[in-house]
Amino acid sequence: MTDESHKIGPPTETLSGIPLREVYTAEDWANRERPERLGPPGDYPFTRGIHRNMYRGRLWTMRQFAGFGTAEDTNRRFHYLLDHGQTGLSVAFDMPTLMGYDSDHPRARGEVGREGVAIDSLADMELLLAGLPLDRVTTSMTINAPANILLAMYVAVADARGIPRSQIGGTTQTDMLKEFIAQKEWIVPPRPSMRLIQDMLVFGVRELPRWNVISISGYHIREAGATAVQELAFTLADGIAYVEAGLQAGLDIDAFAPRLSFFFDVHNDFFEEIAKFRAARRMWATIMRERFGARNPRSWWLRTHAQTAGVSLTAQQPLNNVARVALQALAAVLGGTQSLHTNSLDETYALPTEEAVRVALRTQQIIAYETGAASVVDPLGGSYFVEALTDEVEAAAWRYIRTIDEMGGMVAAVEAGYPMREIAEASFRFQQQVERRERIIVGVNEFAVAEEPPIPTLRIGPEVERRQIERTRRVRAERDESRVQGGLAALRRAAAGSGNTMDCIIECVKAYATLGEICDVFRGVYGEYREPAVI
Amino acid sequence: MAGTVRILLAKPGLDGHDRGIKVVARALRDAGFEVIYTGLHQTPEMIASAAIQEDVDAVGLSILSGAHNTLFPRVTQLLRDQGADDVVVFGGGIIPDEDVPGLVASGVKKVFSPGASLDEIVQWVRANVPSRGVTA
Repeated sequence: MTDESHKIGPPTETLSGIPLREVYTAEDWANRERPERLGPPGDYPFTRGIHRNMYRGRLWTMRQFAGFGTAEDTNRRFHYLLDHGQTGLSVAFDMPTLMGYDSDHPRARGEVGREGVAIDSLADMELLLAGLPLDRVTTSMTINAPANILLAMYVAVADARGIPRSQIGGTTQTDMLKEFIAQKEWIVPPRPSMRLIQDMLVFGVRELPRWNVISISGYHIREAGATAVQELAFTLADGIAYVEAGLQAGLDIDAFAPRLSFFFDVHNDFFEEIAKFRAARRMWATIMRERFGARNPRSWWLRTHAQTAGVSLTAQQPLNNVARVALQALAAVLGGTQSLHTNSLDETYALPTEEAVRVALRTQQIIAYETGAASVVDPLGGSYFVEALTDEVEAAAWRYIRTIDEMGGMVAAVEAGYPMREIAEASFRFQQQVERRERIIVGVNEFAVAEEPPIPTLRIGPEVERRQIERTRRVRAERDESRVQGGLAALRRAAAGSGNTMDCIIECVKAYATLGEICDVFRGVYGEYREPAVI
Repeated sequence: MAGTVRILLAKPGLDGHDRGIKVVARALRDAGFEVIYTGLHQTPEMIASAAIQEDVDAVGLSILSGAHNTLFPRVTQLLRDQGADDVVVFGGGIIPDEDVPGLVASGVKKVFSPGASLDEIVQWVRANVPSRGVTA
């Protein structure tokens, strides 16, 4: 292998297209005399972090997203991760669960347990959470359209174990706007989706003080091809829409805003990513205090999870992905994230093997314990370059937010297809740059090798689907059918009227109504969403 | 005489990862092919029926959920059942190398790996998809 690096220079603009100077000086940092823009960590507007002592007080939560096969398979992986020092759980669901279909639905064929765990009824949730201390771990569930149902199942398991609802902690993603924008797992149209989210917000304020009902997610927006600036802007615009929804539901802003959390991607452009996290905190604090008049400082905090960029991993020379993930994870830590998932090197092929997951988790532990990167709060604060870039990322994101405000907010912008078109443009532009080799992807369009040995991958056997379908059919056969039908009828009335649907959903899941049956109620009342197919 | 090559691009299954297929759609269109995109969440039955109704020369499938071993062969089977086995089927997505021989045996002519370039896909379609149209 020869070193050909000298042929091509480093990029001269960020991944968002912000031009980079050769060197930055005090002149480039316009806001250096404005302490209200920077200030110390722990003070508004939290550019330098939401806590005064950051990782000295508490390291970020190392939270590896996991889920595959049946509930028992995933439960075993969770015990494995906790035994290896992970500090929070994160559940990935399979496609049928995300779309609200039971495992025996014809549309679920071939998909059961493939991209996450299959959950059809409370019976599956009981197995998923077996032996896990729900009053001590926090659980993040990446679930959106049926988030209300999975939350209801989690609550039902806690109820059955006698754990007070006030003690269970975790997150449901529940971010439907980014589903319509990017991830595209939906059930009902945008407006009824927002109404169901309002019911969850009200329920959360009433019963679950430690639950983050919505995790406002830029991750999928970025993975779909958005730039860092678009990711930031669309995510905060989604956040604005959820705050407005909570206010419309009659909630006091300071009652629910502290429970909103965020989830960002962390990509290859090291400094732009750090700038993005810093700008995000400053912008959200400004939005909450200035635009919505929140008074509780916790309402001003942008607390975030971060995940390294799946889309940046390459199938070619997969061991290189370990280096990419380490650098991205370091950017998230220097950006001040509250929790982090590091991707595994084999994820362009399949769900990760246990060994690959361990390397990914160890990467975080190396950053935390060996590098010293976590020892000093916001170590890049005051860097001419990082401060100037933070300002530029912020200014570009505000321009997008103004455009979306002028369209009538994010729900209207989604209905008009605006963010989707912006993302499709950006992703096509990026791909063209790669094809023209204006953007280098190591091992792909430069520094390629001809023959590569295969790496081991995780296989999900067809018996998973069969076992899961058998269990769900057994649950349906053994339950009290009149209780199920009564529960579903009550839910239908609440959904069609204005009653809060959450209590009805909890009753349905406790009666072992399935996820698909409950979603059929919503499909019946609100209709199914169909996306216009645009290229 | 050769007409414009018509290609149906389709997303079988439930995954919503449409970044790749949209980029491929634009590249094929820019290369002069006529591209029809089905949108998300299509069943194999919907895809086969769209392929026949639109009288396409090829079907490109994209799947990132891991259900390819079930759904790709189902599409080729349905096309064969309906006498459309001259339609070239190709695909891509998150597909492990060891699954490729089985997919090829089921009638998928080419499987592109992650990292395949747009140029590679365009060149392959140009070389392997003859126009079936305008002969009748």
